[in-house]
Amino acid sequence: MKTVEELERIRKQAQAMTRLREGGETTKIVVGMGTCGIAAGARETLSAIMDELARRNIQDVIVTQTGCIGLCEQEPIITVVMPGREKVAYGKVSMEKARKIVASHVVNGQVVGEWVIPTG
Amino acid sequence: MRELSLHILDIAQNSIEAGADNIEIVVSEDESSDVLTIRIADDGSGIPAEILKSITDPFVTSRKTRRVGLGIPLFREAARMAGGDLEVRSAIGEGTEIKADFRLSNIDRAPLGDMAETMALLIVCNPEVNFEYRHTRGKARFVCSTNTLVEILGDIPLGSPSAVPVIRKVIKEGLEHVQVS
Repeated sequence: MKTVEELERIRKQAQAMTRLREGGETTKIVVGMGTCGIAAGARETLSAIMDELARRNIQDVIVTQTGCIGLCEQEPIITVVMPGREKVAYGKVSMEKARKIVASHVVNGQVVGEWVIPTG
Repeated sequence: MRELSLHILDIAQNSIEAGADNIEIVVSEDESSDVLTIRIADDGSGIPAEILKSITDPFVTSRKTRRVGLGIPLFREAARMAGGDLEVRSAIGEGTEIKADFRLSNIDRAPLGDMAETMALLIVCNPEVNFEYRHTRGKARFVCSTNTLVEILGDIPLGSPSAVPVIRKVIKEGLEHVQVS
């Protein structure tokens, strides 16, 4: 059984996270985690993103998942959404590409043009 | 998919999309009966009866009912290839339970794979969902849940990227204790 204090702490953490997730001011990285994405290696891509963010101690970026967006042949797909800027989708994102995208686009604001894919 | 842990990740995504607050993932390996069972249960929105009838048919479910897709048929194939099968139970407003079983020793059984990675990512990317993961092997047993992990994490927020290596390590060590094959 949990103490009231423990439950309160869990609640506060969840609330803080929810606020962060709902806020429009934070950068978001969306990883395609449909069946097609996972089969193409999205778990490893997501791991690499989380690892790169942790290594750089970046706490204000939200990483979320989405399902199939109809571009299965381009999976793993990640989309970077930054406040006030057009969202950018990247295709066939390996672990290595994912680390580069975090460093270049998320941290330094430089889109990695050669890996960008057109979306509808 | 190469690993059963990837199927688990895939099926759990359906639970998340169904708005589940609680997701239970149970893996049991029983060498005496040569059976591996994987069960994923949620309290999400549930699957309408007319879709449930054809849920394991990839041709019926693939496009019109996109939110169901190919995940369940692929998981069922993985089970059938290894001398087992998959069943889906669901009720609108109550949730969904997916159970797959495999012959543990079947040569075509995919390896379980990296459960620590699957669970760590599910938990950190969905901090508002309460996960419970139970893994048994014979009499040995490992249990962890979002709540117990929050305690272990202390000041590290559950949804933070820094939580991933901590959770991965906890689960890895727990599974070593159970001697997962």
